Amino acid sequence: MATVSTNEFRGGLKIMLDGEPCAIIENEFVKPGKGQAFNRVKIRKLISGKVLEKTFKSGESVEKAEIMDHELAYLYNDGEFWHFMNNETFEQIAADAKAVGDNEKWLVEQDTCIITLWDGNPIAVTPPNFVELEVTETDPGLKGDTAGTGGKPATLSTGAVVRVPLFVQIGEVIKVDTRSGEYVSRVK
Amino acid sequence: MNQWQPSASIEFLRQRAAVIRQIREFFWQRDVLEVETPSLARFGVSDVHLENLNTQYKGPGHPDGLRLHLQTSPEYAMKRLLAAGSGSIFQICKAFRDDESGRYHNLEFSLLEWYRPGFTAHQLMAETSALVSQVLQVPTADIITYQQAFLAQLDIDPLTANVAELKALLCQHKLADLAALTEDKHTLLQWIFSQLIEPVIAQNQPCFIYQFPAEQASLAKLSPQDPRVAERFELYYQGIELANGFDELTCAKQQQARFEADNGRRRQLNKAEKPIDSYLLQALAAGLPQCSGIALGLDRLIMLATGAEHINQVLAFPLDRC
Repeated sequence: MATVSTNEFRGGLKIMLDGEPCAIIENEFVKPGKGQAFNRVKIRKLISGKVLEKTFKSGESVEKAEIMDHELAYLYNDGEFWHFMNNETFEQIAADAKAVGDNEKWLVEQDTCIITLWDGNPIAVTPPNFVELEVTETDPGLKGDTAGTGGKPATLSTGAVVRVPLFVQIGEVIKVDTRSGEYVSRVK
Repeated sequence: MNQWQPSASIEFLRQRAAVIRQIREFFWQRDVLEVETPSLARFGVSDVHLENLNTQYKGPGHPDGLRLHLQTSPEYAMKRLLAAGSGSIFQICKAFRDDESGRYHNLEFSLLEWYRPGFTAHQLMAETSALVSQVLQVPTADIITYQQAFLAQLDIDPLTANVAELKALLCQHKLADLAALTEDKHTLLQWIFSQLIEPVIAQNQPCFIYQFPAEQASLAKLSPQDPRVAERFELYYQGIELANGFDELTCAKQQQARFEADNGRRRQLNKAEKPIDSYLLQALAAGLPQCSGIALGLDRLIMLATGAEHINQVLAFPLDRC
C-alpha cells in the first residue's frame, strides 16, 4: 500500500478516504503559535462527487489512491456499458452508468474522452471540453434574428438539451461547451 | 517556468523596505539599541512544536566538524546580551524553522524581536500597539485575556474545561475530525483558538490575548496573582497571528525545569531530545534583569501593510525559488 505524507499534499493529488478515492482540491497548512500544526484540506470524492473539508495532523501519512487518467476514444453504448478504445493499442475498456453519470449526453463517437481508472476500474468519464452535436428538435425560429436575444431550448442527437439562439434550426450541427452546457456556435 | 523571477512585486518590496525603515526609526526614537546575534548556534530549541534546520561547520578549530543549528528565533542570544547589561535591545533578523511552509509560513522568515528591561507585559503591549498602529495606520489594540476570549466567543472556560468538553465543542462546530486527532487538552485549546476565535476577533483593530494557560507559558513567567496562567501575550489582526511576547522568565532553575519538561514531551512523541542551551542557563544564573520581550513576524506585518494574501507575495524568493 503506497502512502503519502501531508507534506506531499497539493491540488490534484489522489488519496483514499473512508474507502473512497478522492482528489485534493486545496491544501492549507495551519500552525497555531507554539502549537501542533495541521493541514486543512478540501477534497472531492471521486465516486460520489461530494466535496468536503477534512483535517490531518501535519506529518501524518495517508493511503494513496491508485488513480490513472487515460485518453480513450468513445466507441458505442451497448445498452448497459459505454465502450472506449485506446487508439494506439486497440485495448478496450467498458464504463458503467455510474462512471459515465450525467456525461452520457456529451459522448460522441470517436471523440477522445478521459477515463479515470481506480485500481484498473473506470470510475469517471470526462468528455472533451467542446463537442459538436446535431439539433434534432427545436421550435422554428424567427428569420432575421441573429443577436439571439433570449434563445430557445434545443434537443441534440444525444438527448442533451441546451439553450440556442433563435436562428438555429433542426438538422444544424452546433458546438457546445460540456463544462457549462452552453451553446458556443454553429458548425458549418 | 519563470522561477528565476521574484514572487513579490517590486512595488511590494518597496513597501517592505519602507516598513523596515519605519521600524528602525521607531526604535531609534526610543533609544532602543539595534543588535545582531548569530543565525547559527551550537544549541537548538527544545519547544515540542519547533524544529531547527541544521548544518555542519568544518574548518579551523573543528577538523571533525561542528553541528550547528539555524536559530528558530534570536531569543536565547538576545537574553545573553540582556544579562550582560545591554539594556533595551531590538533586532531584525532571519529565523529558520523546519517543517513550516504555507500561506503564512516560509522556512526562512524575518523576525522583529525586542526586549525592554523594567517593562511589564502591559507596558510592552502598549509599545507594540503603538508601533503596529503607526505602521498599518489602524487603531490601537484591544486587550483581553485568554479566558475572556473563550468565555465571550464560545461560553467555555479554558482553565477548567476538560478534554471531553473541548472535543464536544469542536464537534458542535463541525470540526469533529479535528477533535479526533488528539487527546491533549492544550492542543485542543490551540486548535479551538485558531479555528473558532482567531477568525472572529481583531477584525477592526488589532487585539492582544494575554495570560495564556500555564501549560502554554513557553518562556513567560507565571502570573503572581493566578499561577494557572502565564504572563504570555499574543497579538492578532485580521486572522493573522502577528506577535508573541512574554514577561520573561528570569529564574535559571525554572527555565531548566521547562527545558527538561519539553524533552520529556519530545520523548513521549518519539521526537529527538534537544541538548539544553547551557549558555542561556548560565546567563539567567548570572542575572537576567526583569524584562518583557516580544517577537513579531515581520513578513506577516508586511502582508497586512500591503494587503498580500500569501507570504510569497512579500518575499523576493520563497522556498520554491530559493
